[in-house]
Amino acid sequence: MPNMSPKKVQIPEQDPQIRRKNFDEVALGYTLEQAMEEATRCLQCKTKPCVDGCPVNVPIPEFIKAVEDGNIDEAYSIITKENALPAICGRVCPQESQCEGRCVRAKKGESVGIGRLERFVADYIMSKGNIEPKNIEKNGIKVAVVGAGPAGLTCAGELAKKGYEVTVFEALHELGGVLLYGIPEFRLPKSLVAKEVQSIIDMGVEINKNVIVGRSITVDELFEEGYKAIFVGSGAGLPKFMNLEGENLNGVYSANEFLTRVNLMKAYDFPNNPTPVKTGKRVAVVGGGNVAMDAARTAVRLGAEEVYIVYRRGEEELPARLEEIHHAKEEGVIFKLLNNPTKIIGDEKGWVTGMECVQMELGEPDDSGRRRPRVKENSEFILPVETVVIAIGQSPNPLIRQTTPGLSVESWGGIIVQEETMETSKEYVYAGGDAVTGAATVILAMGAGKTAAEAIHKKVLELQG
Amino acid sequence: MYKIVDKKQLNEAVELMVIKAPYVARKCEPGQFIILRADNNSERIPLTIADYNREEETVTIIYQVVGYSTKVLYEKQVGDSVVDFVGPLGKPTELKKHKKVLGIGGGVGAAPLYPQIRKLHEMGVEVDVILGGRSDEYIILEEEFKAVTKNLYFATNDGSKGKEGFVTDILNELIANGEEYDEVIAIGPLVMMKAVVGITKPLNIQTAVSLNPVMIDGTGMCGGCRVTVGNEIKFACVDGPDFDGLLVDFDECLRRQNMYKEEEHSCRIGLEGGQNNA
Ligand SMILES: Cc1cc2nc3c(=O)[nH]c(=O)nc-3n(C[C@H](O)[C@H](O)[C@H](O)COP(=O)(O)OP(=O)(O)OC[C@H]3O[C@@H](n4cnc5c(N)ncnc54)[C@H](O)[C@@H]3O)c2cc1C
Ligand SMILES: Cc1cc2nc3c(=O)[nH]c(=O)nc-3n(C[C@H](O)[C@H](O)[C@H](O)COP(=O)(O)OP(=O)(O)OC[C@H]3O[C@@H](n4cnc5c(N)ncnc54)[C@H](O)[C@@H]3O)c2cc1C
Ligand code: SF4
Ligand code: SF4
Ligand code: FES
Ligand SMILES: [Mg+2]
Repeated sequence: MPNMSPKKVQIPEQDPQIRRKNFDEVALGYTLEQAMEEATRCLQCKTKPCVDGCPVNVPIPEFIKAVEDGNIDEAYSIITKENALPAICGRVCPQESQCEGRCVRAKKGESVGIGRLERFVADYIMSKGNIEPKNIEKNGIKVAVVGAGPAGLTCAGELAKKGYEVTVFEALHELGGVLLYGIPEFRLPKSLVAKEVQSIIDMGVEINKNVIVGRSITVDELFEEGYKAIFVGSGAGLPKFMNLEGENLNGVYSANEFLTRVNLMKAYDFPNNPTPVKTGKRVAVVGGGNVAMDAARTAVRLGAEEVYIVYRRGEEELPARLEEIHHAKEEGVIFKLLNNPTKIIGDEKGWVTGMECVQMELGEPDDSGRRRPRVKENSEFILPVETVVIAIGQSPNPLIRQTTPGLSVESWGGIIVQEETMETSKEYVYAGGDAVTGAATVILAMGAGKTAAEAIHKKVLELQG
Repeated sequence: MYKIVDKKQLNEAVELMVIKAPYVARKCEPGQFIILRADNNSERIPLTIADYNREEETVTIIYQVVGYSTKVLYEKQVGDSVVDFVGPLGKPTELKKHKKVLGIGGGVGAAPLYPQIRKLHEMGVEVDVILGGRSDEYIILEEEFKAVTKNLYFATNDGSKGKEGFVTDILNELIANGEEYDEVIAIGPLVMMKAVVGITKPLNIQTAVSLNPVMIDGTGMCGGCRVTVGNEIKFACVDGPDFDGLLVDFDECLRRQNMYKEEEHSCRIGLEGGQNNA
């Protein structure tokens, strides 16, 4: 008899008042008993609507059944057939609009906690430390992967499993892409990213850090070095600014810079780590997505007393994961919805003292179906703040397209690919993840990496006859 | 890991290091830079490529000890390694085949200036250079410059070498004497580059400067290095570091460069303040 409780088994969390002051993970995760109990809420639907919602088709009812039976090793091997980074996805996938959004239990009450179960399985297995690197026979065919974010790492892992000699070229000094420099520790512990990345390296992937493709070596030069195919997973790392007056004042950050200083360079531990970050007493974060929530909650933890989310649309339109919005509110982040900045104001020394905003109201729906915000007349006001973080989005970095002749891109910079194969306009060059879609999600990036790996394998096989 | 194969003290505060870095050495051009991290948990610091050897796969950097991270680097010995060394970053300098060019190098700015001047010399351009520094011992690469310039001038704050005063005093004199340059290339502290442009702009003399805002990634990802050039926002790490000096908003650069002054306070590392003023 399935457990018909309308609510998920609660996941233990750090108290908001305590976690406001530390960078430790907020959600502590299920115990084995809690996970087994949550697993009994799954109806084992024959049609598996939840699986349709998962971009990489994790066999959800099957792994949940294994959890219910207490067979976590089995659950892990079921998940990892389709998803190489379950501890990460279980934490950061926007489940409410993917797997859990399709779960039949969500029609009456809460969905099954698929994400929580997935992360439990991964954590449980990793804490036992018994992931055996498999011995894979190499086929001697070289493939290069550009970028060690979720797209590139997934593609590399899938190809390595098939025996390819894969080399990943990464611009930064650490692996993981946004998982490392963007998403904060309190949401995705870096030690865990490192472990899941290691499990991919253990498949026999070679890593070449501190290499910027387009500068240190070009795509064409990689072919000259004998790589038969190249996957570009360079992400959407270029921060957008608003072209506001005062945007270059001291105290204005892009979310990327703010988060990179704190996450990648560990500025929260200054001066033990020598990279500084400046957080005023009052901080305004412009934007309403995951990036904005992460920046706001990071500012709270760095000691800011008042932290605002300034977003031009309403609560319903906030693109962030529900859980992050909920957590941000619990931690005291103040939501200034239907507000839009018009100008950043500074003192005579050039430091931010405030942000001028206008109030907005929602009009008719626009092309995206979201109601279009418009300015309320005479509604200007000044929000007194010392720090402004701009989190309104990122676009693909132009370096690869500028240095790769024959690569077609959209006007906004996204690399154009054939959807079924992820092959670009340049033969044997594939691309996927944020570099193709613009800022999207971890799981979509992984899905693209996987699709490309399949297609590369097929193409290379054909080549061999 | 990137091995330090040679190092040489150029003066009390400036050191040259030769580092094994195949990817950088293979492709770098004058005007480009690298970012290094000395140890795990170190800062990422940008330094200009002063020279390179493609056969030996080495890159030369010349840096001034001004704070914590440059001090950590300075303490490394030949045979030690730095953990990260990425590049070449930035755009190579566009060197035009002018008739006559004036190079101006302030302090350690002489280091990034040198490969450009050498290349111009090789291209058959006539070059004069003014080197400036606090005193005699702060003038670096004198012999190297001598070999590739027609006239080499010096200005020191205390008059211990060349003219007592600033590089701009010599620039003013040269102009007053009727010297005509197709382009001025000025590399040094921001205040120096600003002062040079203060002279060349009214005369509409083309002036290239090399900007050094605070950077982290050096790939265009953080936007921390943004500068205003001709009312447009540029990321110095990918759009520069060289810019048309006549269009640069120097006051903004100066302000942004001091963003972390409090945190960088010299007492943290037991260094005397003010050494960065070359
Ligand atoms: C703060 C923040 C929070 C987010 N939160 C969530 C979330 O909760 N859930 C979710 O699903 N998604 C979230 N996202 C989005 C998600 O992280 C991205 O969609 C995903 O990381 C994209 O993966 P990718 O592999 O395409 O690119 P990236 O993760 O951006 O990785 C690209 C990698 O390529 C490297 N690179 C770039 N150019 C070059 C080059 N020329 N040569 C060599 N290497 C290069 C980069 O350094 C980087 O390591 C968030 C994003 C941010 C910024
Ligand atoms: C493109 C570029 C090329 C450069 N080339 C050279 C060079 O060839 N030789 C040389 O001696 N110096 C060079 N610099 C400056 C050098 O990067 C800084 O002196 C160094 O980062 C200081 O670090 P610190 O921790 O020792 O000093 P700190 O005490 O932390 O800082 C001292 C001053 O250095 C500057 N600075 C600090 N951190 C950074 C950073 N992350 N990026 C840029 N500037 C910073 C600031 O103006 C600061 O006030 C260059 C900078 C740039 C951007
Ligand atoms: S990978 Fe993401 S979408 Fe798929 S089942 Fe796991 S949490 Fe859900
Ligand atoms: S839809 Fe929900 S209840 Fe049905 S199988 Fe999937 S997770 Fe279980
Ligand atoms: S240093 Fe980050 S964009 Fe230039
Ligand atoms: Mg420093």
